[in-house]
Amino acid sequence: MKKFILNLVVKENITLNTQYSLIILTSADPLPPMLPGQFAEVRVDNAPNTFLRRPISINFVDTTKNELWLLIQKVGEGTKKLCEAKSGETMNLVVPLGNSFSLPENIESEVLLVGGGVGIAPLLFWGAYLFERGYKCSFLLGGRSVENLLQLDDFAKYGKVYTTTEDGSHGEKGFVTQHSVLNGHNFDAIYSCGPTPMMKAVAAYASRKNIFCEVSLENTMACGFGACLCCVTDTTEGHQCVCTEGPVFNILKLKW
Amino acid sequence: MVDLSVALGKMQLKNPVMTASGTFGYGTEYADFMDVSRIGGIIVKGTTLRDRQGNPYPRMAETPSGMLNAVGLQNKGVEYFIEHIYPTVKNIGTDIFVNVSGSTVEDYIETAERLNELDKIPGIELNISCPNVKEGGMAFGTSCPSAAQVVKEVRRVYKKEIMVKLSPNVTNIADIALAVEAQGADSISLINTLLGMAIDAEKRRPVLSTVTGGLSGPAVKPVALRMVWQVANAVKVPVVGMGGIMNASDAIEFILAGASAIQIGTANFIDPQVCVKVLEGIEEYLIRHKINSVKEIIGALEI
Repeated sequence: MKKFILNLVVKENITLNTQYSLIILTSADPLPPMLPGQFAEVRVDNAPNTFLRRPISINFVDTTKNELWLLIQKVGEGTKKLCEAKSGETMNLVVPLGNSFSLPENIESEVLLVGGGVGIAPLLFWGAYLFERGYKCSFLLGGRSVENLLQLDDFAKYGKVYTTTEDGSHGEKGFVTQHSVLNGHNFDAIYSCGPTPMMKAVAAYASRKNIFCEVSLENTMACGFGACLCCVTDTTEGHQCVCTEGPVFNILKLKW
Repeated sequence: MVDLSVALGKMQLKNPVMTASGTFGYGTEYADFMDVSRIGGIIVKGTTLRDRQGNPYPRMAETPSGMLNAVGLQNKGVEYFIEHIYPTVKNIGTDIFVNVSGSTVEDYIETAERLNELDKIPGIELNISCPNVKEGGMAFGTSCPSAAQVVKEVRRVYKKEIMVKLSPNVTNIADIALAVEAQGADSISLINTLLGMAIDAEKRRPVLSTVTGGLSGPAVKPVALRMVWQVANAVKVPVVGMGGIMNASDAIEFILAGASAIQIGTANFIDPQVCVKVLEGIEEYLIRHKINSVKEIIGALEI
């Protein structure tokens, strides 16, 4: 897919809570085609200690409103600065980057999307995409506490939502992989994004049950488009760049 | 129209803006962002005799005004380059140089011999300065006799342009430059990355898997500028300057210090169109100063 360097306008910056902001971007021109699982490299302006762009998942694309959503967690100076963006300001993005999730084998598939923390970001776009194509989706979303569960109402538009929190403040208490839905249901495909230990646990569940499973990895990146070779992960085919061969990998390919 | 062409040893470049090895892939990675044929020369990713997986993750740490990398020359080897990459890049519309690295002198010789056969590759950049490999790499570039030996041996088998890329991690870079010039280097490029380190205080662990890595970006620019100036004053062959160039003004500073051409590296990651912007900025500078040719400002620093 063709990549672009775009100056997009911040239409709205919605503070979800002290840790997370949802930045809604738009443009006078139609946004380029983007697929679920892809990400943007966002330039951080006016942050003296932030030199590189920040890789941020595409949270949602609303083609009717020409909107691109970015869900950002304040981790360091760079992401804090991005979360301070004001309506009307511009944000410079290299987009779309990386591969995308692959569609389940058949339309009858029972699909489960498992997300943790800010890792839920690409799953909203993917859930909407699957829903529009007639797939039956469920979402299993986890967080440390209720304030780490994000966009639950948005997810509910596209399927049944199950939640877990480590402190029991929302949904079942525990980790996503301990949720009762995993015992009751037979899923045909699982897609996951979140903290690495969570994705590894999801991958272990999927391989035990022999279920097709893709995970979306995170990594520190310099370029985001395969030039620097900094963001590799170990795979059955050797070191591969998360930015170009990923971020979405079939669990059978990963050596983690 | 101003004349942007520059002489580089055996070659003539259409303009002085080149890309630095390891930051520009094989050029095709940037094709969506700009017309890469406008670039004066592309130096492709470090190539070794055999396939290298590079270093384990994590390989990168951001620093104030720069970054540390410890990629470790990940590449699929020279045969893969010749069979699979060369056919896709040979008609890219500008001069392609292959950056050559090795663990032994024999590796360098054999890799250079193979590349000598490629019509559309007018030159190689001998990398005797990679700080991220256990054997070879920088070890060759930090002493005059070993630097001279690599160049001498490769010169015997490689007939086209040999640019030698120097390490800044030395006591006197001009001495190394003179040593490689004496063995037949056609041009000298500098600087490779400065050896650095990053620590995660919370974890009490190094950030990079290799503990140390190579620092690049604007953080190294003053050091690079000083070294380019020292080397350009010491040698007769053309010098190619690099180290933290982010814009046309940075590039012109290197040219004034004595560089015949410049390479842009880390800046490509932040602005994938930066090469073309630097090229346009150099042209604009020449017009503004009523200078007809970029050659007139090479080493034109007034002290």
